[in-house]
Amino acid sequence: MILLILRHILRFIVLITVQVIILNNIQLGTFINPFLYVLFLLSLPVQLPKGLLLLVAFLTGLTIDMFQNTPGMHASACVLLAFVRPTWLRIIAPRDGYETDVEPSIRKFGFPWYLAYAALLIFIHHLLLFFVEVFRFSEFFDTLLRILMSSALTLLLVVISHYLTMKPKSNM
Amino acid sequence: MRLLFLLLWRNNFTLFFILLQSICLYLLVRNNRFQQASVLNATNKVVTTTMEGVNYVKEYIHLRDNNNLLAEENAKLRALLNEAQYDNDSSAVTIKDSASIQQYTYLDAKVINNSISHRNNFITLNKGRLQGVLPEMGVITEKGVVGIVNHVSDHYCTVMSLLHKETNISAMIKRNKFFGSLKWEGNDPNYAYLNEIDKTVPIQKGDTIVTTSFSTVFPANIMIGRVEQTLTEPGSPFFKIKVKLSMNFGNLSHVYIVKNLMKQEQEQLEVINKPKEDEQ
Repeated sequence: MILLILRHILRFIVLITVQVIILNNIQLGTFINPFLYVLFLLSLPVQLPKGLLLLVAFLTGLTIDMFQNTPGMHASACVLLAFVRPTWLRIIAPRDGYETDVEPSIRKFGFPWYLAYAALLIFIHHLLLFFVEVFRFSEFFDTLLRILMSSALTLLLVVISHYLTMKPKSNM
Repeated sequence: MRLLFLLLWRNNFTLFFILLQSICLYLLVRNNRFQQASVLNATNKVVTTTMEGVNYVKEYIHLRDNNNLLAEENAKLRALLNEAQYDNDSSAVTIKDSASIQQYTYLDAKVINNSISHRNNFITLNKGRLQGVLPEMGVITEKGVVGIVNHVSDHYCTVMSLLHKETNISAMIKRNKFFGSLKWEGNDPNYAYLNEIDKTVPIQKGDTIVTTSFSTVFPANIMIGRVEQTLTEPGSPFFKIKVKLSMNFGNLSHVYIVKNLMKQEQEQLEVINKPKEDEQ
């Protein structure tokens, strides 16, 4: 149990560091900002109490906000992600349900399942994030384009991170 | 009974969600107000230390470009001086206005964090309250306008870049002094739009756009950019002018913070006539 918590804390630190030090400094045109740090929220255990999930998401968003100088923006998007996640997990649950302490991963649930799981949550997160940033509907299609392209890139990075960290272990 | 509990538990979750979102909204709104000091902004210790570390690496990458830029600027400054000696030691370099009392002083600062890819971009500088930086000071480089200071801590300040949806700069066409307000409309960090210029004003491609003397933030005649294209919107009495910005925000490294010594005087006088908020 302790080991599990430690692993999540370590993942949090690594992802925030990567986000702040590398990804926030990469400029791929003005359309695309990948936010890989959502992988931390995506990887939290399925059975995590919903209230705790919201709180963790809130704090994660706030940490990123401090570095981006946008108090509330990422926090808001993360909280929405955490709000939708339990329902979405229930909808796409495998036939025999989830085991205790299991984390959503490609290894455990297969690639198509994970893609569906991550794509919707990333899209919802980015949707709120970019619209809150722009805060007006007059640039609707520009913003939508940014959301789609950024979501795609985030999703790609999330999938790549999964394959990079996959251990050649038989039981997990 | 079980159903009731279930309902209550569900609602609890929703209530908690609404509570957290309200906190987010509160933070967002509070941060948008111009000069609110907040613990959560990017001038705190952990954030600035990290930014400086990142910047340390980035500086090496841009070293050659920056050296060239600084050398160029040095050469320009030397050419401006009558005597070849230039005292580089003083931290605040001052100039004389055409009236013989001093109005503006300049403080050089290093960019430790910068972004151009967001809809609202911020820049962090390594000068702060202890060096005399205050919110609403202008930030420029030798190439043009950069932005306006919004948060200040003891050693750092954050700047609302020109590339921010709330930044609104009073600008004019240098040739004929017609003025309007300049705003960045997202997408391309190389272009901004000048609005509120009457359709009767003759405008040519390549006209220089500079700051006006109306605002208390920037000195007059600071370069902003050149006219790229004149757009007309049906039904509007004004032109919308596409301006190619002279600044390249992508490789910003050294900037000057402008301190207007007569800011207070001008603002106090103007507030008598216009109780509304002044545009920057």
